[in-house]
Amino acid sequence: MHEVEIAVAIAVATLRAATPLMLAGFGELITERSGVLNLGVEGMMLMGASVGFIGTVATGSPILGLLLAMLAGAALALVFGVLTLSLMANQVATGLALTIFGVGFSALVGVNWVGTPLQGLSTDIWPSLSTAPPMVQQLMLLDPLVWVAVLLPFVVQWFIYRTRAGMILRAVGESSDVAHALGYSVLRIRYFAVLFGGAMSGLAGAYLSLAYSPMWSENMVAGRGWIALALVVFSTWKPLWLALGSLLFGFVTIAQFQAEGLGLALSPHLLAMLPYIATIVVLVLISRDATRLKLNAPAALGRPFHATA
Amino acid sequence: MNTTRRTLLGASLALPAAAMLPRDAAAADSFKVGFIYVAPIGDAGWTYQHELGRKALVAALGSAVTATYVENVPEEGADAERVIRKLATDGHKLIYTTSFGFMEPTLKVAKTFPKVKFAHCTGYKRAANVSTYSARFYEGRYLTGIIAGRMTKSNVIGYVAAFPIPEVVQGINAVLLAARTVNPNVTIKVVFVSSWFDPGKERAAADTLISQGADVVMHHTDSSAVVQGAEEKGVWSFGYDSDMLRYGPKTNLTSVTMDWDNYYIDQTKEAIAGTWKSSDTWGGLKSGMVKLGPLNTAVPDSVKAEVAAAQAKIESGALLPFAGPVKDQSGAVKIAAGASLSDGDILGMNWFADGVQGKLG
Repeated sequence: MHEVEIAVAIAVATLRAATPLMLAGFGELITERSGVLNLGVEGMMLMGASVGFIGTVATGSPILGLLLAMLAGAALALVFGVLTLSLMANQVATGLALTIFGVGFSALVGVNWVGTPLQGLSTDIWPSLSTAPPMVQQLMLLDPLVWVAVLLPFVVQWFIYRTRAGMILRAVGESSDVAHALGYSVLRIRYFAVLFGGAMSGLAGAYLSLAYSPMWSENMVAGRGWIALALVVFSTWKPLWLALGSLLFGFVTIAQFQAEGLGLALSPHLLAMLPYIATIVVLVLISRDATRLKLNAPAALGRPFHATA
Repeated sequence: MNTTRRTLLGASLALPAAAMLPRDAAAADSFKVGFIYVAPIGDAGWTYQHELGRKALVAALGSAVTATYVENVPEEGADAERVIRKLATDGHKLIYTTSFGFMEPTLKVAKTFPKVKFAHCTGYKRAANVSTYSARFYEGRYLTGIIAGRMTKSNVIGYVAAFPIPEVVQGINAVLLAARTVNPNVTIKVVFVSSWFDPGKERAAADTLISQGADVVMHHTDSSAVVQGAEEKGVWSFGYDSDMLRYGPKTNLTSVTMDWDNYYIDQTKEAIAGTWKSSDTWGGLKSGMVKLGPLNTAVPDSVKAEVAAAQAKIESGALLPFAGPVKDQSGAVKIAAGASLSDGDILGMNWFADGVQGKLG
């Protein structure tokens, strides 16, 4: 019975740890599928974290806070879009600048809110909680954003492979010239994808400051934006593999804590490396076929588009 | 308005490496003192405590002193040296560099400014114009160990630690040894999160320890996430660096806090009077550099008395936290009965006492 309890605790903690990676990762996946590489995920997450926190404290409504966080992420993404899509600035350099800007600006915006206490997101979303068995209760106590993250891979999978809009998105990412020749507005579609990516990064940041550890503190995203970015590439832009990678990363992080707590005699240095090593090894193994990797990578990724005709 | 790296970052997209200017409101005849902070001041934590010290200095000496600070100065790269040099060039006569990583830059700048005095926190290299200072954090930890030993029902203390380095190990061993004086069945579970600051990870580690039966958690990291997590789960917690009672009004029992006020006031007074000499200061409970924050009302009076007695004994030197007999995890005697550790042994501590569950290296 004790083993079952630990297993449930690990499952719950894994889902929570993977949620910010999935939210930001799927936003970036859509952005990159449209052929745009936005390295500003960390900065957009930080903006979402600070604005989401402030919005929730100021309005008293977590829903409004989450919406504001998405708007903040999208606003930063819009700046990126104007610079890289309309003005055709270099995407890599602009994305890096966006992260640096987001780190500083989120700190500036949030400076008076550091240390403000906040009740986390309500987990009280299911009826008749008290009659459920304790194990189920544990799962039901997960916050709503975790369930959003759990559904997301399937929604995105369906969207990009099964809907007309998704196929147009991919066409723009594969060959912007062809999509343009077919009469699609490449820039408009890329703007949508970039804004969606920004909003999801904002949501991921707000998850950290509202649910994962309800607090605002400068730089609290602590590199998760970069991990989400890396996961998108290692998953070869495939939604289900991205979900797998995020869950794996979350799982190994949590398993490391559990192992240390249970007194497993392993070096803490080794354990600290495990999430990175395990995720890279697994994702490299499933995507080791170089030709398929090439086929999956959006062919126009990172290339600016300029309509010549 | 303070011109800092951060506000400039906010104001422009440019990397403001050249713009880390100190706040400067100097009265012409006042003695200029500079502070270099590794992190933003925030409202709790390591840098915040140094800022409290700077404010106390200004309050104590008034217009006789101008105390400038530069926050958020990275330890790595050339920024630190440049900022320290800038303060020295601007006429600061005494400069406090408040993080371990500033050691080499401080010494380098000190060489070219022999008339400027420097004090470096937590370092071990000194020069004729460079002092070092640090605090015996473990003495405060020892007191929290007594409270933890009395308050735990499961006899499991969860400890969220940043890295397996001596400063962290000292605290863990001190808590264990103290807790076992009042409750021989206590064990400590240690989880390393490999980061000084990652609220998400700190929180997840605390949740894990709680799910494994810890009913008291403490941390040696820089955020208040562990204290907040404990409040939500309803288990006892201890804060670190700053008083964290307001993050866990019901469950935060107390915090080990740093108090640099007197050090900054005394050193600055000596520098003004011309009696300053390079020195090494390692203060503890006695000098007030380490203090316990306010105790939670949940701590029974009998335990309060026990803590007060232990504190008095540590201050008088009658009680040494690292006194034998102490065995390490393998059962080897690390401190013989009747012996105690030298300062050098404490500074290099690289073993866990028997009863700590966790692995170093």
